[in-house]
Amino acid sequence: MSELIIDGKPLAFVEGQTVAAALVAAGRVSWRTTRVGHRPRGVFCGIGVCFDCLVAIDGVGGQRACLIPAREGMTVTTEESTDE
Amino acid sequence: MSDPADLIVVGAGPAGMAAAVTALTGGLRVVLIDSGTAVGGQFWRHPPEHARSVIPTEDLHHGQREYHDLCETLSVHARKGQLDLRLNHHVWSAVREEDGFAVHTVDRREAPQEIAVVLRAPRLLVATGAYDRQLPFPGWDLPGVLTIGGLQALLKGGGVAAGSRVALGGTGPFLLPVATSLAARGVEVVAVCEAAHPRAWLRHPGPLLRNPGKWAEGAGYALTLVRHRIPLRPRTAIIRAEGGARVTSVRIASLASDGSPRPGRERRIEVDAVGVGWGFVPQLDLLITLGCALTNSADGNAVVAVDKGQRTTVPGLYAAGETCGVGGAVLAVGEGRLAAESVLADSGAAPVLGTKRLAAVRSAVAAQRAFARALALAHPIPPAWSSWLTDETTVCRCEEVTAGVIRTVRAEGACDHRQVKQLTRAGMGWCQGRMCGPAVHCLAAPKQAYHPTERLVATPVTLGALADLDR
Amino acid sequence: MTSKVVVVGAGVVGAACAFHAASAGLDVTVVDRGAVGAGTTSRGEGNVLLSDKEPGPELDLARLSRALWEEAGEELGSDSIELEAKGGLVVASTAEGLTALRGFALRQATAGVRTEPVEHVRDIEPHLAPGLPGGIHYPQDAQVQPVLAAAAMLHAAVARGARFHTGEIAAAVMGRGDRLTGVRTVAGDVLPADAVVNAAGTWGGEVGRRLGASIEVLPRRGFVLVTEPLPRMVRHKVYSADYVANVASSDAGLETSCVVEGTRGGTILIGASRERVGFDTTMNPAVVARLAAQACRLFPFLRGIHLIRTYRGFRPYCPDHLPVIGPDPRAPGVIHACGHEGAGIGLAPATGALVTAHLLGRSWRGADPAAHTGLLPDRFFTSGGTSK
Repeated sequence: MSELIIDGKPLAFVEGQTVAAALVAAGRVSWRTTRVGHRPRGVFCGIGVCFDCLVAIDGVGGQRACLIPAREGMTVTTEESTDE
Repeated sequence: MSDPADLIVVGAGPAGMAAAVTALTGGLRVVLIDSGTAVGGQFWRHPPEHARSVIPTEDLHHGQREYHDLCETLSVHARKGQLDLRLNHHVWSAVREEDGFAVHTVDRREAPQEIAVVLRAPRLLVATGAYDRQLPFPGWDLPGVLTIGGLQALLKGGGVAAGSRVALGGTGPFLLPVATSLAARGVEVVAVCEAAHPRAWLRHPGPLLRNPGKWAEGAGYALTLVRHRIPLRPRTAIIRAEGGARVTSVRIASLASDGSPRPGRERRIEVDAVGVGWGFVPQLDLLITLGCALTNSADGNAVVAVDKGQRTTVPGLYAAGETCGVGGAVLAVGEGRLAAESVLADSGAAPVLGTKRLAAVRSAVAAQRAFARALALAHPIPPAWSSWLTDETTVCRCEEVTAGVIRTVRAEGACDHRQVKQLTRAGMGWCQGRMCGPAVHCLAAPKQAYHPTERLVATPVTLGALADLDR
Repeated sequence: MTSKVVVVGAGVVGAACAFHAASAGLDVTVVDRGAVGAGTTSRGEGNVLLSDKEPGPELDLARLSRALWEEAGEELGSDSIELEAKGGLVVASTAEGLTALRGFALRQATAGVRTEPVEHVRDIEPHLAPGLPGGIHYPQDAQVQPVLAAAAMLHAAVARGARFHTGEIAAAVMGRGDRLTGVRTVAGDVLPADAVVNAAGTWGGEVGRRLGASIEVLPRRGFVLVTEPLPRMVRHKVYSADYVANVASSDAGLETSCVVEGTRGGTILIGASRERVGFDTTMNPAVVARLAAQACRLFPFLRGIHLIRTYRGFRPYCPDHLPVIGPDPRAPGVIHACGHEGAGIGLAPATGALVTAHLLGRSWRGADPAAHTGLLPDRFFTSGGTSK
C-alpha cells in the first residue's frame, strides 16, 4: 500500500487506483459541496464526464478525482476543507 | 515516431483499438490517443499496466482474448515505431486544416500539469464512445448514487466496490454485467430494476434470433443472477433515493405502461449505494464541431451519419463505435475494422481483409446493428418518467437547476434545451450539459431526438496550457 | 402615424423595439424563425459600455441606452436580467498607451462620460498583473445577461399586447400607391403592418433585401472563452486599452484584444476576437489560444484556471461601424435597426426607443430622432436613392 495526503491526513491506496477509487475504498463517497445549495457530492459518473468529484491536486484545482491516478505523497485538497 | 502519421485515431476503446490495429497491419503510421491510463476504453477498462497484478479484474471482463490480441498487435507496432500511442492525452478540439486535421490535446501524464500537444495527420478517425444516459429523480444527487458505468469503472479500473448493499435501476442490458460484477466482488445486489417490459422483445424477435451469441451472453448473466439470488424486477424503477450525507434507501415503484408509478405499488429498500443508467449518450463533441451530418438513432440520440465504410460526411473523417449508434463492443470492433479498411482504401493502400472476410465483417456489423436497434426499441425511456420529479428535484447537477425552474420556462415558451439553458443555466456548468442534457431535452421537447449542444471545447483545458500554444 | 408594426428579429434589439413600441401603445408583432435571443444575442458577453466609444453618434446613443437599461431594470427587475453596474476598468500596458488612453478619456469626459483616472490599478482589481502603469475607471459601464434581458423585454411587450410569430420573412406586401400593407413569411402567412422594423442583426442585410430596402450589414466573427466557476476574482469589466482601437478598426484579418470579466454565475468571460470570415462557423484553436494568452498576461492567476466552454458569434457591422437606425428613404414603411456590431446589447433599449420615436413621429423616452440623425440610413445613399 502507498499513501497520499488528503486534507493533511494520510490515505492509503493500491498503486494503480485513481484518487476517487482510493477514497471510495476508504468508505468515502463525497468530498465536495456544491456552490449554491452546499450539497455533498463525490463520485457519480466515475469516467470523467460529470465533474462531481473535483478536488485540488498538489494545489491545482478543478481536477477530476476519478481520472487522476493516485501517487505516493500526492497532496489532495477537497473543497470540503476550504468551503467557507 | 518521427515520420508524419497517416491516421489519427481518437479513443482507444474497442472501436479505436480495432481500427488502429487494422490500419497498422495495412502499413499505415498511426497515432492513437486516449485520455485513460490504459487502452481498452470503458468496456475493456483495466488498471494501468503496472498495477494489474495487485488489482485483479480479468474475471470481470468479456472478450478478453480479443482485447489481448489487439493489445499485443498495438505493442508490436509501438515497438517498431509505427504506432504513436498517446495515453493520458485529452483532446479538446479537432479542426480541419489544408492537408488534413489538427488534433489539439493536452498531455496530462504529469497531472495536474498540462502540456498542449498538437498532432496532425491527413485522416482522422473518431471513436470517442459514449457515457451513461441519466434521468434525474429525487435524491439522485445524494452521495452513494452513481451511474452504473461509474460503479463498473471503479470495479474494473480500481478493484473497488462503491457499496455493500446496492440497488441498480434504469433500462438496458448493461444493468446485468454491472450486477454480476458487483456480486463477483461480494456486494449484495438487492434489486435490479428494469423499466422495460420483458415482452417488448417479442415485438422485434428477428434480430434476436439472428444473433445467437447474444443469447448465450444473456443466459450467462441470468445464471449468475440466479446463483447470487439477485432479484431482477421488470417494469420497475428507482423513483427516489433517500438519505442525508449518503444514500440510505431507495423507493422502487412498479410502472404502468407509460412509465408512471402505479399508485400503492411502491416499496422501500435499504441500501448504501445505488447505480442508475438509461442506455448511453454518444460522445459527439469533436464530430459536431468538425461539421459532420448527424442522423437520429432508435434510442432517441442523434448519432453521426456514416456510409457503409464508416466515412462521415466530412472528407477524410471517419467514425466507429458508439458515436455511430450505441451497439456494444462487438459491433464497435467490427465498425473499427471497416473504418480502417476505408482509410486504407482512401489512402491508396492495399486492404488488410480479403474480400470474403470483409463481406463477413460487413454482414456481422449489419446483424449487430439490427440487434442494437431492436434493443433500443425494447428499452425506451419511459414516456412518463418526468412524473417522478418533484419541482424541487435537481436536474442540472452543476448549476443546481431544479425541475420546477425548467418547467416554468418551458411553460413560458422555451422550446428546446438550448433555450432552457440560456434562460436557467441548466447545462452551463462544469459538465456542459453532459449529465442533464438528455433529461432537459426530454422535458422541453420530448418528441424529438436529442441533439447535444455544440461544444467547441470537448474537455476543460487550462488557460495556461492554451496560452503556451500561442507562442 | 403608424399603428401596426412588424418587428423582424427576436434578438435583444428586436425585443427592445417591441418593448418600447408596445409600451407606446402600438400594435406589435415580432417575427423570428427561431427562439428569442437565439442568434448573436446569445453569443455576447452582455456589454453595456460607454468606455469603448469615442464621442459621436454612437456614444450619444449609448448614453441614452445606459439610462434606459436602468429604467428597464427597474421595470423588469434588475436581478431577473442580471443587470449589474460593475464598472469598467481600462488598463494601459505601457506609459505611451496610458498617455493616449488619458487623452481619449478626456474627450469622453467632455462628452458627458464619467471617467476616473486610476494610478494603482491593483487597488481596485487586486489580481491584475504587477507593473501595469495605470488606467481609467468607468463607473457607468455595466453588464446584463442578454438572453434573459431579451426574453424579459419580449415578455413585457407581450403583456402589453404584442404577439410573437414564428416564421421567416419573405417579402414586403405593398398596397396601392406602393404603400406598405404588411409582410409575407416564407410559409405564406401575411402579417398586416403599416411599418416593418428590420431588427435582424447579422442577417439584417438579407432581411433588408427581401423587404426591398437593401443595406450592407456584414458578419464579423468573434470567440468568447468561458472559464470554470470561481469565487469572485475579477470585479470590473477589465480590458486593455487596445480594445478601443480594434472596435473601430477596419482591418480584414484577425484582431484580438483582451477583455476579462466575472459573471453572476461565477464564470469568467474572456474576449474578444474579431475576424472577417463571413458566416464561417469553424472552430479556430489559434484564436482561442491567443485570447487565453492575452488574458493570462493581464491576470496571471488565470493560467491555472480551466476553460470549459467557447462560443462564437457573428457581430453585425455596417461599413462605417455605426448602427443603422431609422426609416429607409427608398422604401416607405421600412425602418432599419441593425448593424450594432459588438454593441447591440448595450445599445438595444435606446435603439428600441429611437425606432418607437420614428414610428410615433415624436420623441419617446428621451429618444429624439432629431438628435440621432447620424445613424439614419440616409448616410449610405445619394438623394436619388442609389448607394454612395
